[in-house]
Amino acid sequence: MHYIPHTQQDIDSMLSAAGLNSEDDIFKGIPEELKRKTKLDLHDPMTEWDILEKMKQLSSKITSSENKTVFLGAGSYCHNIPSVVPYLISRSEFSTAYTPYQPEVSQGTLQAVYEYQTLTARLLGMEIANASMYDGGSSLAEALLMSLRINKKRNKVAVSDAVNPLYKKVVETYFAPTDFEVVYIPVNEQGRTDLSALDNTGDLASIAVQSPNFFGIIEDNEAVSEYAKENNALFVSCFSEPFAFGLYKPAGLYDADIVCGEGQSMGIPQSFGGPGLGMFAAKKKYIRSMPGRLCGQTVDKDGKRGFVLTISTREQHIRREKATSNICSNQGLCATTSAIFMSCLGKTGLRKIAAQNHDKAVYLKNELIKCGFEDTFKGSPFFNEFVLKAPQGFDLLWEKLRCENVIAGLNIEKNYTNLSNNYLFCVTEAYSKKNIDNFIQMIKNGGKLYA
Amino acid sequence: MKEINELIIPDELKYTQQHEWAENGDTVKVGVTDYAQDQLGDIVFVELPEVGDSFEKGDECATLESVKAVSEMYSPVSGEVVEINEDLEDEPGYINEDPYSKGWIFKIKLSDKTELESLMNKDDYLNMLKGA
Repeated sequence: MHYIPHTQQDIDSMLSAAGLNSEDDIFKGIPEELKRKTKLDLHDPMTEWDILEKMKQLSSKITSSENKTVFLGAGSYCHNIPSVVPYLISRSEFSTAYTPYQPEVSQGTLQAVYEYQTLTARLLGMEIANASMYDGGSSLAEALLMSLRINKKRNKVAVSDAVNPLYKKVVETYFAPTDFEVVYIPVNEQGRTDLSALDNTGDLASIAVQSPNFFGIIEDNEAVSEYAKENNALFVSCFSEPFAFGLYKPAGLYDADIVCGEGQSMGIPQSFGGPGLGMFAAKKKYIRSMPGRLCGQTVDKDGKRGFVLTISTREQHIRREKATSNICSNQGLCATTSAIFMSCLGKTGLRKIAAQNHDKAVYLKNELIKCGFEDTFKGSPFFNEFVLKAPQGFDLLWEKLRCENVIAGLNIEKNYTNLSNNYLFCVTEAYSKKNIDNFIQMIKNGGKLYA
Repeated sequence: MKEINELIIPDELKYTQQHEWAENGDTVKVGVTDYAQDQLGDIVFVELPEVGDSFEKGDECATLESVKAVSEMYSPVSGEVVEINEDLEDEPGYINEDPYSKGWIFKIKLSDKTELESLMNKDDYLNMLKGA
C-alpha cells in the first residue's frame, strides 16, 4: 500500500476550501475535556533496520506451529495450505477489495463471494449461506439472535456447555445489553450435551450445540434435532473444525435450521489467532432474518450471467438501528481464501485429508493411553481432537516439553473445573507419524527425545 | 414516481400521517396507501403480524421490504389482529398493483372505535401530501 502524506500546501488548500483556519478547527466540536493535552507516549523514532531487529526479537518469543510441534486445536487448527491459495489470494484484485457499496460494478468480488457461499452451503449441507461473518463466535451469537427474531415470542436460548468457551464469551457479550437469556446445557459422562437436563418448558427460541464439540466429540445431532422440533425451538449447530464434515455428516443433513462456525481450517493460516472466518448457513425460508448479506446469480438484459447483491436491504448501512445485524461488511478476503482452498481440495480431497486427521488422532490417542493417560469420554466418536486425563505430575513434564518446542495439548481445567488434569489434544494431517512418535518418545523419556 | 393527481385515494377510507389506510367499521382491513407503495418501489417481501397480536395505535405491526429499502408499517388503530393477508407471502407485489384491495395487509378488531375519527379523510390526506 502507498503511504502518501499531505504536504503543507495540500493541507492549506483543503482548509481554505473548508473555510477553516487551522487543523484544530476541524475538531472544534469535541469538548475540551475530552481532548488529549499531552503527546502520545511513543518510542523515539527508529531506523528501518532497528525496527526489523526488534520485530525479529519479538517474533522469536511467539510459539508458532512453524517451528514447534503444537498438539493444540481448541478452535484454531494447523492445516496444510496449498501454495496456489496464497498465490491467488495475493492478487491485488482480491487482496485490496473492500466490501462493495456499489456492488454490481464489482463483478469479480461478487462472483468470489457467490462461489464461497455455494461451497459453504454444500460443505454444511444447507440451502443457503451468507457472504460470511467475522468468526465462529460472532456467527454463533448472530445465529442465536436470528433464532430470537424468528421465534419472536420467546426470549431464551439454550447453549451446550461443550461449545467452545470463547464462543460462549462472545455470545454473553452480545447478549449482555439485551433482555434475552442464555441457559447452558450440561455435558454427560460421554462428553455429549445432556438434553435431559432441559425441562421441556417449550420457551426456548433455539438450542445450540457444537459438533465436533469443544472436547472433539461428535454430538448426537439426530437427538438434538428431534428435541428441538418437539419443543418448536430452532436447531442451531455450530462448529470450530469444518474439516470434520469430510468424514461426518454436517448438521444440515440432520435438518438443522442454522449451521454456523469458524472457517479458519479452510485455508486460512493460524497467524496468531486471527483473522477468522464466520461461516453462516440457514434454511432458505429464514433468509429474511439472516444477518449479513447474500450474493446471487442473475442475467443481464442481454441474457449474460452476472452477479448481484441479492439480500442486503436489512443491513445497517440501509436500515440503521432496525438492521438484522450490524455486520455490513464481510470477511471478503478470508471468504475468498477459503473458497479457493475448498475448490483445490474438492470433495474427494476433503474426505482424504479428513480421514488422515482422524487416523492420526486415533494413533496419538492410543499411544498416549499406553503411556498412562486415561480416556475421559470413553467410546464417544471424535474427529481430530480428544480429551485425556493425564497421569499425575504431567504439568511438570508439559513445561519440559514446551522448552523442547513441543506443546503437549491444552489443559482444560480452567474452563471445566470438574475435569482437573484433563488435556485436549489435536492432530491434523500437517503432523507426520514421526512427529507423533517423537512426542511419545519424549513423554516416555521424561521430556527428552533421547534418554 | 406518480404525481399527486395520479394517486388513487379512495373516498371511503381513513388515512394516517404514515401513509396507512383503514376501513370504517368494528373489524377493519388495513394497508398502505398508493403514495406509500409508489415511494417504496417494487415490494419484494412482507413480514406480516400474527393472528392474535395486539397493537396500540402507532405500534410497528408489519415490515415492507422493497428493492431499495426496508420500512415499518405502523398500526393505524388499536386492536387485535384477526386475519392476515397470506397471499402477500407469495405475492408481495399485490401491494404495488392494488394497495387497497388485493394488497390489504391485515384485519384488526378495534379496541376503541373512536380512534377512527381521529384519522384523516381523503381530502385531509391529499392536503397533507400536497403540503409535503
